[in-house]
Amino acid sequence: MEDLLEILREINPDVDYETCDRLVEDGHITSMQIVMLVGEINQEFGVAIPADKILPEYFNSAKSLYALIQELEEE
Amino acid sequence: MMDEKKDAPEQAPQRSLKRSPKHRSAAVFGRVVVCAAILCGVLWSLQRLLVPKYMGRVVEGNLISEYYGESGDHELIILGDCEVYENISPVILWEEFGIASYIRGSAQQLIPQSYYLLEDTLRREHPQAVLLSVAAMQEGEQTNEAYNRMTMEGMEWSRYKLEAIRTTGMEEEHLVEYLFPLLRYHSRFKELDQDDIRYFWRRGKVSHNGYYMRADVRPLTDFPTPRRRADYRFPEISTQYLEKIRALCEEEGIQLVLMKAPSLYPVWYDQWEEQIRGYAEAHQLLYINCIPAIEEIGLDFNEDTYDGGLHMNVYGAEKLTRYLGRILQEGCGLKDLRGDPERDALWEEKSRFYREMKEAQEADLEQYGYLPQFTDPE
Amino acid sequence: MLLVSYAFLSFFALLAVVYYLIPGRYQWLLLLGASLLFYLSGGWKTIVFILVTIFTTWLLALKLGKLHKGTKAYIKEHGLGREEKKAYRAARKKVAWRFLLLGLWIDVGILAVLKYTNFAVDNINGFLHFMGSGESLSPVDWLLPLGISYYTFQSVGYLIDVYRGKYEPEKDLGRFALFVSFFPQLIQGPISRFDEMKEQFKASHAFDSRQVAFGLQRMLWGYFKKLIVADRLVHAVAAVSQDTDTYRGIFVLVGMLCYTVQIYADFSGGIDIVIGIAQVFGICLPENFHRPYFSKTVGEYWRRWHMSLMTWLREYIFYPASVCGPVTKLTRWNKKYLGEAIGRRTPVYAASLLVWAVTGIWHGATWGFVIWGMINCFVLLAASELAPWQRRFHEKHPKIKDQTFFKIFQIGRTLLLLSMIQTLEYYKTVPRMFGMLGSILTEWSLAPFFNGGLLTLGLDGWDWLLAALGTILMLMVSLIQRKGSVRARIAAQPWAVRFLLWSGLFVTVLIFGAYGQGFDASQFIYNQF
Repeated sequence: MEDLLEILREINPDVDYETCDRLVEDGHITSMQIVMLVGEINQEFGVAIPADKILPEYFNSAKSLYALIQELEEE
Repeated sequence: MMDEKKDAPEQAPQRSLKRSPKHRSAAVFGRVVVCAAILCGVLWSLQRLLVPKYMGRVVEGNLISEYYGESGDHELIILGDCEVYENISPVILWEEFGIASYIRGSAQQLIPQSYYLLEDTLRREHPQAVLLSVAAMQEGEQTNEAYNRMTMEGMEWSRYKLEAIRTTGMEEEHLVEYLFPLLRYHSRFKELDQDDIRYFWRRGKVSHNGYYMRADVRPLTDFPTPRRRADYRFPEISTQYLEKIRALCEEEGIQLVLMKAPSLYPVWYDQWEEQIRGYAEAHQLLYINCIPAIEEIGLDFNEDTYDGGLHMNVYGAEKLTRYLGRILQEGCGLKDLRGDPERDALWEEKSRFYREMKEAQEADLEQYGYLPQFTDPE
Repeated sequence: MLLVSYAFLSFFALLAVVYYLIPGRYQWLLLLGASLLFYLSGGWKTIVFILVTIFTTWLLALKLGKLHKGTKAYIKEHGLGREEKKAYRAARKKVAWRFLLLGLWIDVGILAVLKYTNFAVDNINGFLHFMGSGESLSPVDWLLPLGISYYTFQSVGYLIDVYRGKYEPEKDLGRFALFVSFFPQLIQGPISRFDEMKEQFKASHAFDSRQVAFGLQRMLWGYFKKLIVADRLVHAVAAVSQDTDTYRGIFVLVGMLCYTVQIYADFSGGIDIVIGIAQVFGICLPENFHRPYFSKTVGEYWRRWHMSLMTWLREYIFYPASVCGPVTKLTRWNKKYLGEAIGRRTPVYAASLLVWAVTGIWHGATWGFVIWGMINCFVLLAASELAPWQRRFHEKHPKIKDQTFFKIFQIGRTLLLLSMIQTLEYYKTVPRMFGMLGSILTEWSLAPFFNGGLLTLGLDGWDWLLAALGTILMLMVSLIQRKGSVRARIAAQPWAVRFLLWSGLFVTVLIFGAYGQGFDASQFIYNQF
């Protein structure tokens, strides 16, 4: 989780990722940043997020994103 | 949207605490009726305000509707375009022949429109004869939406008006814009003037039993040389509706008379003349072509036209009327109706209005050299 | 049938009455029939295309759904281990992928051929000409089916969603056909998603006076935007864009601002009408605009303008492109040989270029629009590259960020930039666009405001006044909207106030709307023939 938060902070440091659960909807992370994020996660966690998982519901909070990573790691 | 739904049920019981549900729905119903009535009233007034009043330079828009204010019945109904309503004076027909007539004429009136106007007239009265100008035979469809408006807008609502609109309406015209002229004239808010207020409730009388009077003089000028046409046949819709007019007259026992006014332009081709003459002969109709009779009528195109030979002024119209009156009296057996005190009084009033307008126009001409109501100084 | 026509309004009114008179279970059938009728009114010849799209998409989605189910059942039945599961899934996915591809070929193929053949012909001719050949292909004269871009995108989205296993495919062909052809959406979107619409089309909708009133109110507001503002300003834009020799300098600025207001009023007004119509039927369509001109950055603007299209493009083109095989390979290669910084950016740049090329060409089949897309892309990428500097600036001056004037500056800056980019839509070529924009500075003069120059643009004093007042009202409504639904606020007012407001708006649109033939007094002056 800490690793993920670090990546997120690198992309946009102005957000409180512990609490915010509308990252995409409120425009805190843009679609371009999401693509960057997917790349970083791939590098950091060795997990490739497929296109059909790049949805606001997964990227809206650090928590849900972390859950997604774990889920993909298990598969 | 979501939060709204939350509020709604909270508000509703609060209101219903005061009154029983029955009262409440009655109150809502009353409210709706009041609102609808106010809105309709506003829209009606706006429509009234925004439709053209035709009381200034253009008065032709009032010709058709003025008929419905008439009380007397007429022996003769005259149908057609400017070649009748600017060239024939019913007041003279009355004064000199005792013929009671009315012109249901309008700008660029198409033959189908003449037919529906005849049907419309027959709802109210039963004339002995109908005089139809054949000049419009050449027009298959309307050239300018404004003419259609001036012809059909003034008609009272009946199925004939509806059919007239359906038959002759132009592509960009919509029935709904005749039902609610507001939709057609809404953009006139830009040019509202005093007339729109002054004639909000009532418009003034502009015609003399459908005759549009002009006392100014503008001598004949040159007309363009007539061009040869590829096809001299009348458009099918014209012949079709001419036939309908004839059949209707026959059915109703009305004598139909065809007429071509002595206008030198637009040109009346020999080929057209032949067709009309043939039609008249085939159906034993009286056909009066006034062009060859110009000398007999006594028309002087330096004196008797107000727009360089297109239309007669009042002096030319009176001459032509005298000529037509004689023929109609003989050819149609129209009776001299003078002598009935009631009718005489009615026509006396018309004569007075006619004379006053003529004198007023003559006075204007004397004073300004032109008619300020209709034209600019030259 | 256009949104602004007596025929359409009567069609809608009649439909709405019948809709609430028949039993609820037939309502969707009525809508389907109405959509078909609507489609036929636009020309019966093109209906075959939408039917092909509906039928093939429906059929292939059923197949994809079956494959999914089969996969799940097989895995469950055989109790496969992790690796086996993965391998089996991959194999099945390959099969599904082929069916998806077939569907995409058909749906997008029809769109591409019908809409873009002439674009291709133009380019081939240009090439032939360039090569000195005297030959040329003649452009085709095909009828473009109504709403083809919208219904194709909806169908494609549906097919991909089913492929991804997001939801089950629709078994009923009729219901699916309604989803694709729902008539209010055919005209200008929004592009809706099947899972949002499915239940709504299935449910029976009892008459709900509040919903109906809200729907009608929204329609009225849409007509206000279109008829009072957009259809007036459109004349000024046309004049400025057609006569570039006369209308230079300040006129370019005037035209630019008029266009900015006009396209928003026209497009969002049309969407208001569409969403309002659907709401009258008790159906909720996705929103398409979220006060886009209040955006502080271009990126934000594109999240708030034509939202349903941009969401679609993100979901089905941008993200998939960023993680697709070739881009991943390219990313790896770049990382290896060109360095970490370039490698990191590769997927973003590749996907952005692609998505903006598509966005451009979606708006119009010309190179002008492709370039328009590229300019937007460039601005967005530049903004993201400059973000760290911006952040540093704000770290140094932390107070500025929250000040109102700074927010207004951001909004104004974004709006100006967008307005300038948008001029390409009517100036067509980049050199001309820059030439004309440049003339604002080089030929600056306020004279047209005083010497009647503005009145030569096809709008008289009244028109300018009404367009300006209409724009101000739109702005005010947008400002109020930030605090919630304006209609809900009005609904909470006493009935007399409500009546005054709504009937006032109705009468305003009726009288001051730029519709119909207009009135030209000279036309009514009998010209003697």
